[in-house]
Amino acid sequence: MSLTAKIETPSITYEQPLGLYIDGKWVKGVEGKTFETINPTDEKPIIAVHEAGPEDVDIAVKAARNAFNNVWRTTTPSERGIMLHKLADLFDEHVDTLAAIESLDNGKALSMAKVDISLSSGCLRYYAGWADKIHGKTIDTDHETFNYTRHEAVGVCGQIIPWNFPLLMWAWKIGPALATGNTVVIKTAEQTPLSGLYAASLCEKAGIPAGVVNVISGFGKTAGAAIASHMDIDKVAFTGSTVVGRTILQAAAKSNLKKVTLELGGKSPNIVFNDANIDNAISWVNFGIFFNHGQCCCAGSRIYVQSGIYDKFIQAFKERTSKNKVGDPFAADTFQGPQVSQLQFDRIMAYIKAGKDAGATVETGGARHGDKGYFIEPTIFSNVSPDMKIMQEEIFGPVCSISKFETEDDVIKMGNESTYGLAAAVHTTDLNTAIRVSNSLKAGTVWVNCYNMLSYQVPFGGFKESGLGRELGKYALQNYTQIKSVRIRLGDALFG
Amino acid sequence: MSLTQQIETPSITYEQPIGLYIDGKWVKGVEGKTFETINPSDEKVIVAVHEAGPEDVDIAVKAARKAFNGVWRTTTPSERGVMLHKLADLIDEHSDTLAAIESLDNGKALSMAKVDVQLSSGCLRYYAGWADKIHGKTIDTDHETFNYTKHEAVGVCGQIIPWNFPLLMWSWKIGPALSTGCTVVLKTAEQTPLSGLYAATLVEKAGIPAGVVNIISGFGKTAGAAIASHMDIDKVAFTGSTVTGRTILQAAAKSNLKKVTLELGGKSPNIVFNDANIENAISWVNFGIFFNHGQCCCAGSRVYVQSGIYDKFVESFKARTAKNVVGDPFAADTFQGPQVSQLQFDRIMGYIQAGKDAGAKVEIGGNRKGDKGYFIEPTIFSNVSSDMKIMQEEIFGPVCSISKFETEDEVIKSGNETTYGLAAAIHTSNLNTAIRVSNSLKAGTVWVNCYNLLSYQVPFGGFKESGLGRELGKYALANYTQIKSVRIRLGDALFG
Repeated sequence: MSLTAKIETPSITYEQPLGLYIDGKWVKGVEGKTFETINPTDEKPIIAVHEAGPEDVDIAVKAARNAFNNVWRTTTPSERGIMLHKLADLFDEHVDTLAAIESLDNGKALSMAKVDISLSSGCLRYYAGWADKIHGKTIDTDHETFNYTRHEAVGVCGQIIPWNFPLLMWAWKIGPALATGNTVVIKTAEQTPLSGLYAASLCEKAGIPAGVVNVISGFGKTAGAAIASHMDIDKVAFTGSTVVGRTILQAAAKSNLKKVTLELGGKSPNIVFNDANIDNAISWVNFGIFFNHGQCCCAGSRIYVQSGIYDKFIQAFKERTSKNKVGDPFAADTFQGPQVSQLQFDRIMAYIKAGKDAGATVETGGARHGDKGYFIEPTIFSNVSPDMKIMQEEIFGPVCSISKFETEDDVIKMGNESTYGLAAAVHTTDLNTAIRVSNSLKAGTVWVNCYNMLSYQVPFGGFKESGLGRELGKYALQNYTQIKSVRIRLGDALFG
Repeated sequence: MSLTQQIETPSITYEQPIGLYIDGKWVKGVEGKTFETINPSDEKVIVAVHEAGPEDVDIAVKAARKAFNGVWRTTTPSERGVMLHKLADLIDEHSDTLAAIESLDNGKALSMAKVDVQLSSGCLRYYAGWADKIHGKTIDTDHETFNYTKHEAVGVCGQIIPWNFPLLMWSWKIGPALSTGCTVVLKTAEQTPLSGLYAATLVEKAGIPAGVVNIISGFGKTAGAAIASHMDIDKVAFTGSTVTGRTILQAAAKSNLKKVTLELGGKSPNIVFNDANIENAISWVNFGIFFNHGQCCCAGSRVYVQSGIYDKFVESFKARTAKNVVGDPFAADTFQGPQVSQLQFDRIMGYIQAGKDAGAKVEIGGNRKGDKGYFIEPTIFSNVSSDMKIMQEEIFGPVCSISKFETEDEVIKSGNETTYGLAAAIHTSNLNTAIRVSNSLKAGTVWVNCYNLLSYQVPFGGFKESGLGRELGKYALANYTQIKSVRIRLGDALFG
């Protein structure tokens, strides 16, 4: 099988790399395996790509280690920034191709994919700016000692990314890792390998030296597990399900105690007070759950509306939801495309059934959309109770629940009634309500009068079982640096 | 069994609390169990203390959670600082008692114990100063959004401390945790429960509210395991062996994905170049391994001396070691007391035997000292090879190896040839050597022309398998805070 293939999308035809990108070269996997990636819009295979197994991970790690000890070590921080900046520029130049790949492989609307590309290049550009600003401290303890800390690159980083925002997640990982001087072995999700491989071809063009970025396609149980337990990977960053996050942390504990950061699931509360601006709230609540087909770790899947406006709200919300256009990602007015895979489709449909079986009311949706492609109708459940599966477990689809609440204390309690803690939102015009409630919600991000607004400048990550550590902002740099303290004694020996 | 006991030490007689300190009260364990703590100088029982089991951990966590949500939440940061400061002052007032307890229970010389007590109060005072300086950021992304981060207290923290510096480790844990607004359940080591319990009486006197600090005596396999897997502990901090560290990380992964920081073992290289100030180096190399009877995670147990000064150095080092007075902790001139327990004694003697069996040469020591108490002669092995057990594994006793090296590159390689990475030292008068070699050693702390000099101002922690995270300095605050991002949208909805 070749290492590239011509792929025709509804908007553009382009050359797709299919190999593993290791040590600056495109190669097949050692075992010669390949796997297909499916177009979720028509359920047909797009193309087969080469598959990385544990041996390929090992080869990639060796390449990354070699680059870390040599060429990347002697590349100045400013030069790292220039390369990341160039990579960002290349993303922008290739936006039409990258967006088309993303829509084809993931199923998101082309209009949404274009925004993803723009956010991806923005993220890379942001971290490009940090590259030559990684500061340690000098610390004055006494006149006979000179002390300083260095924030050194951790080393070779394994990065495992999900399928919901393939290219954006790629940028979130690569940006801070390269900015701080690390080298990476990044495994894309098996559902969406294509955009990461195309981006790898842009790494070459950006002048990033061989071995600094290694991009492999493969499965969690083989390549992902090999990364988590590799004895020469210094740090692993994972975004995905909480179940897999636990497995990775245990593998790190059993192998070489590599540093671990995790971005896991969520079941985020979206809370609307009587004094909210209702029109705005409707827009944000709709966007909060149905954006990206509900495939967001931070999706606002539990909606709580104060009793004074509940009836009015639910009608307006149903109406708004019915305006979400479900259809072909490449059609200009599409808002919601198909779910990413058969497996995800089945899981979500099962949750919908569980909701019905538990006695919840289907306000709208609740069925498949059409008969081809993994399309699901935007679904709202009312008449729910907190112990229902659909209220406890992350559905990761266009399915939400809506509940009524009386007081602020009630809704804070309900909002926090979850093992997750990734995000939350409050819609209110009252100053004190906004501050008090955002203070009380146990979530890594709290939105006020908006939802799903992420910025590469602002840290993102979970409380409780939603994760360990923070990505984005200056905070992400900590994930990729380790502190060395140096204490130089100027005086003689203290004792005999 | 009563909840206090009068204890007579060679220097002072005092009232020792022997209960569990939970929710501001002294109690027995639910199962009514007790265990004895042994005086390592004469192998006799000092006293029996009450033992905490999993149920007691649960009671303590409930008390800590209640205090976190209640009284500690409404205590201002400045007030937290005042209380920590008061606790530091009380530790100073009671230093004679605390030092005597430490010498009796741990076996360290009284003179050393007094320094420990001083460093403990210094640490608490340092973190008292941080309490009202825990800052988040405001981040400007665009004119329609107001963004800020809060560095919130993580919550209820489980802390498991070792026996080598009982009171000092107690303060390293309690200082940053309370400073940032957390509440704690702290388990002392079963070999050395006494000073932590006495310090708990000072917690009461300092006005720290009930439930904020809970001190329990108990064993790793029961109480420690209960902490690591507790579903309502938000974060666990552990100092001890790498083996147990792995267990704790896995327990966190399987339970509630609590945050974990680990301070584990070490096998730190202590490197002397030809151009070192030899007299100073001898003093530091001796202190580097024989201080605290070799019971330091950062002990300089692998000594490397450049060939130009090797022969002279070995002779001087032996002569210097012979001057270390080994004996009764309460005698004024004692430098080295007994090892902490029979188990440790046996382990270390096992390593000494392994060294002899492997063909290493005993330059000095190599035997038990005396016939009562866990005393071991300061021991130096030469003629070692890097694959020997005594060169690979942490001995945690007064036993070191000494090797010759030729070049800087060679010794950097030898120094880094370990799965550990806690500390290292270089002795040289050359500027560039100092900087180049400290840059190249994979260790969390690198000393230049000194050893074992720790300051609560300067971060401490391990590379590689020596740990996760950093204690001390401003850096420790990150272990006890979690980041919440708040994004307030000022404009209307972005979409329909």
